[in-house]
Amino acid sequence: MTTPHVDSVKTYAAVWIALLLMTGLTTGVAYIDLGAFSVVIALTIAACKMALVALFFMHVRHSTKLTKLVVLGGLLWLAILLSLTMADFATRGWLGA
Amino acid sequence: MVSEPRVETLALREQFNTAEQQKDASSLGMWIFLITEVMFFGGMFAAYTVYRSIYPGVFGAASRTLNATLGAINTAVLLCSSFTMALAVRAGQLGRRKQIMAFLILTLILGMVFLGVKGYEWNEKYVEHHIPGPAFHMEGAGLQDHAQLFFSLYFAMTGLHALHMVVGAGLLALLLYQTYRGRFSAAYYTPIDMVGLYWHFVDIIWIYLFPLLYLIDRHGPRP
Amino acid sequence: MITAAVEEKETYLNASHGVKSWLLTKDHKRIGLLYLFTITFFFFVGGVFATLIRLELLTPHGNLVSSETYNKLFTMHGVVMVFFFLIPSIPATLGNFFLPLMIGARDLAFPRINLLSWYLLVIGGLFAIFAMVAGGVDTGWTFYTPYSTSYSNTWVIATALGIFVAGFSSILTGLNFIVTVHRMRAPGMTWFRLPLFVWAHYATALIQVLGTPVLAVTIVLVFCERMFHIGIFDPALGGDPVLFQHLFWFYSHPAVYIMILPAMGVVSELVSTFSRKAIFGYGFVAFASVAIAVLGFLVWGHHLFVSGQSLFAGMVFSFLSYFVAIPSAIKVFNWTATLYKGSISYATPMLYAFGFIGLFTIGGLTGLFVACLGIDVHVTDTYFVVAHFHYIMVGGAIMGYLGGLHYWWPKITGRMYPEGWAKLSAGVIFLGFNLTFFPQFILGYLGMPRRYHVYPDEFQVLHVLSTAGASVLAVGYLMPLVYFIWSLKYGAIAGRNPWKATGLEWQTDSPPPVHNFDEIPVVTHGAYDYSTTVGEGVQGG
Repeated sequence: MTTPHVDSVKTYAAVWIALLLMTGLTTGVAYIDLGAFSVVIALTIAACKMALVALFFMHVRHSTKLTKLVVLGGLLWLAILLSLTMADFATRGWLGA
Repeated sequence: MVSEPRVETLALREQFNTAEQQKDASSLGMWIFLITEVMFFGGMFAAYTVYRSIYPGVFGAASRTLNATLGAINTAVLLCSSFTMALAVRAGQLGRRKQIMAFLILTLILGMVFLGVKGYEWNEKYVEHHIPGPAFHMEGAGLQDHAQLFFSLYFAMTGLHALHMVVGAGLLALLLYQTYRGRFSAAYYTPIDMVGLYWHFVDIIWIYLFPLLYLIDRHGPRP
Repeated sequence: MITAAVEEKETYLNASHGVKSWLLTKDHKRIGLLYLFTITFFFFVGGVFATLIRLELLTPHGNLVSSETYNKLFTMHGVVMVFFFLIPSIPATLGNFFLPLMIGARDLAFPRINLLSWYLLVIGGLFAIFAMVAGGVDTGWTFYTPYSTSYSNTWVIATALGIFVAGFSSILTGLNFIVTVHRMRAPGMTWFRLPLFVWAHYATALIQVLGTPVLAVTIVLVFCERMFHIGIFDPALGGDPVLFQHLFWFYSHPAVYIMILPAMGVVSELVSTFSRKAIFGYGFVAFASVAIAVLGFLVWGHHLFVSGQSLFAGMVFSFLSYFVAIPSAIKVFNWTATLYKGSISYATPMLYAFGFIGLFTIGGLTGLFVACLGIDVHVTDTYFVVAHFHYIMVGGAIMGYLGGLHYWWPKITGRMYPEGWAKLSAGVIFLGFNLTFFPQFILGYLGMPRRYHVYPDEFQVLHVLSTAGASVLAVGYLMPLVYFIWSLKYGAIAGRNPWKATGLEWQTDSPPPVHNFDEIPVVTHGAYDYSTTVGEGVQGG
């Protein structure tokens, strides 16, 4: 890990174009009635955009195992917060209480 | 054996043994800071998740009053700013001072555009009486109270995001000045790298805010 | 060559002089001392509130203070003790001082951020003091909504801002420790050669960076609701006060592990040194620290059993809460096993370690009682819970802190404290503590609610016992204050290694030089290698 990877302008530009396209996609798809699936699509596209920004712009794909662990840990902890909180709100009325 | 007197430089502060160790420490430090930011915003995302799950209809209706076109344009603006920021860091890796400055300036301008559009949007909300408080009124919403909940979260989340953008803009300005003064080189450009990480993170937050606030239910009845 | 006896060796204490050299220091050792003064101050502030509470509770009718004032007393006691004493205590004082020394580093990874952390604690503390002086806050340290957001007309925002700022102090300390342990270890200092004190602080740091930001954003939302009257937790706007409780306890439960893990780290060091034996099951204890940190994030709903949380979630959280006891139990078993066939000495630090193990076990076991949903319905918001957490926080964490302070005092100051007085005060503290808090288990079980100052006459005897204990405890806490200060001038000079302990911190001078080591050591042994003779030699040579 002495000399940093210098990504090419082409690589960054490709990622940039992909991000813009996905923005257009998510906006367009929002106008189609997909019921409960809409939010799944929207979050999936957002996750893909996040992955591109993180891996390429933030150099996570060239980073140490520790950095990757830190990133995953953060996402996992957010998931814990959201899921266990929703474990309450989504189950109000279950089991008669 | 007495140790050699240590000369402190930007790239090798007293507490470190090698420049690489310092760079690795800076990078790990910034990533951990970004994780704290994930949890910080996370609390608001938790509140959003809870209330959207309880009041999906009202949230959808309230979301439709936002200008999705402007939101999409602003998203694109931020993504472009991440592109220019990545190029600024790349210029730093290559030690190209003028290029660094050019890309930092572009990033800063795009960030300002984003904030400008945001300000315009907030003003629209003010005019439409969608700011929570005694003057709040949204046409057509079945329950005014729950609609206020959406807008409370809207302003809290976009406000917190905008605050982070302002801080980012300040950091960019500082970097610009330091680059101008010749502080950086291919051997030492860590601050540019670190501010880049921060800037991209703020972009990622918006990547989620856009669909979650603007695109909840775009195919429902228009207000 | 004559070495003049009067010639003072350069240490971190005398290397530079003047207020500026302390207030602008980057030296982790000086910053540790700055923290020591600050948290000691807050400990006695919190203690004053405790004294007033116990005085009021001597009689069943609200004689001393009004109900409104009483609400402020227990609120301020909790706020100060939790956020301005316990959370910073061991990590910011002993952790700051010894983490770099123990891993063979010259300082933490980010010395200026370390100094910033201290200033943030002080600034946060000033906000809190302002709130106290201006009239106090009465919401309980837990700030439950909607009382804190809509109804209380006390200094909620000032106090909340103080906690917000102090929270960032904690976050930055955690960040600093994590990067330091990952990137600043001396050559040969592998993860499994680290002292367990370091493992404990690493685990604590994980909690600090992952949990505290959620408290921070919750305070921001409370601030917005109170200032701008926008509703997030406001039932009138469809908000749910229980959401506040989820967000608050997401941090505040792991926070209790911030408060106990460092003390456990201290106890590992004490038990090893004063049994002259390596800690039994080193790997298990190390992993148990991290396990406590991780599992501690999965159980917060046990604070919401009676709040309106769904029964299903209550069951999930109750079930998960039992798991977090397991790594704690593993540690207690391993400390005990370390004692077996050890060469035990009863110096003051070891007395505190024994006290910790016994009292933490009681506190921890009663934690299992309240983790049981069915039992908690009856004992929640009673003195049973109050006793439970004081056994852990005071019987556990504070004893660990005092044990560590005595153990490392010679290293920090170059002086020994007076052993006789120290043993006496340890005994006084142990006696006072149990007299204060054991009756509270009984009170709670019998139904005495917490946060009430008016109670049925039949509870008075137990309250009187508790208050009597508190006065003994207060004496016990004042004694170290006196003799530690005394020792600075009159204490016996301590050598490098008065306890003949292993660990890199004992291989350098007492007090250490500014840069910790003349030469960065190369480590070749594990942390508790008592099999070879330990005297003045360097670990690993």
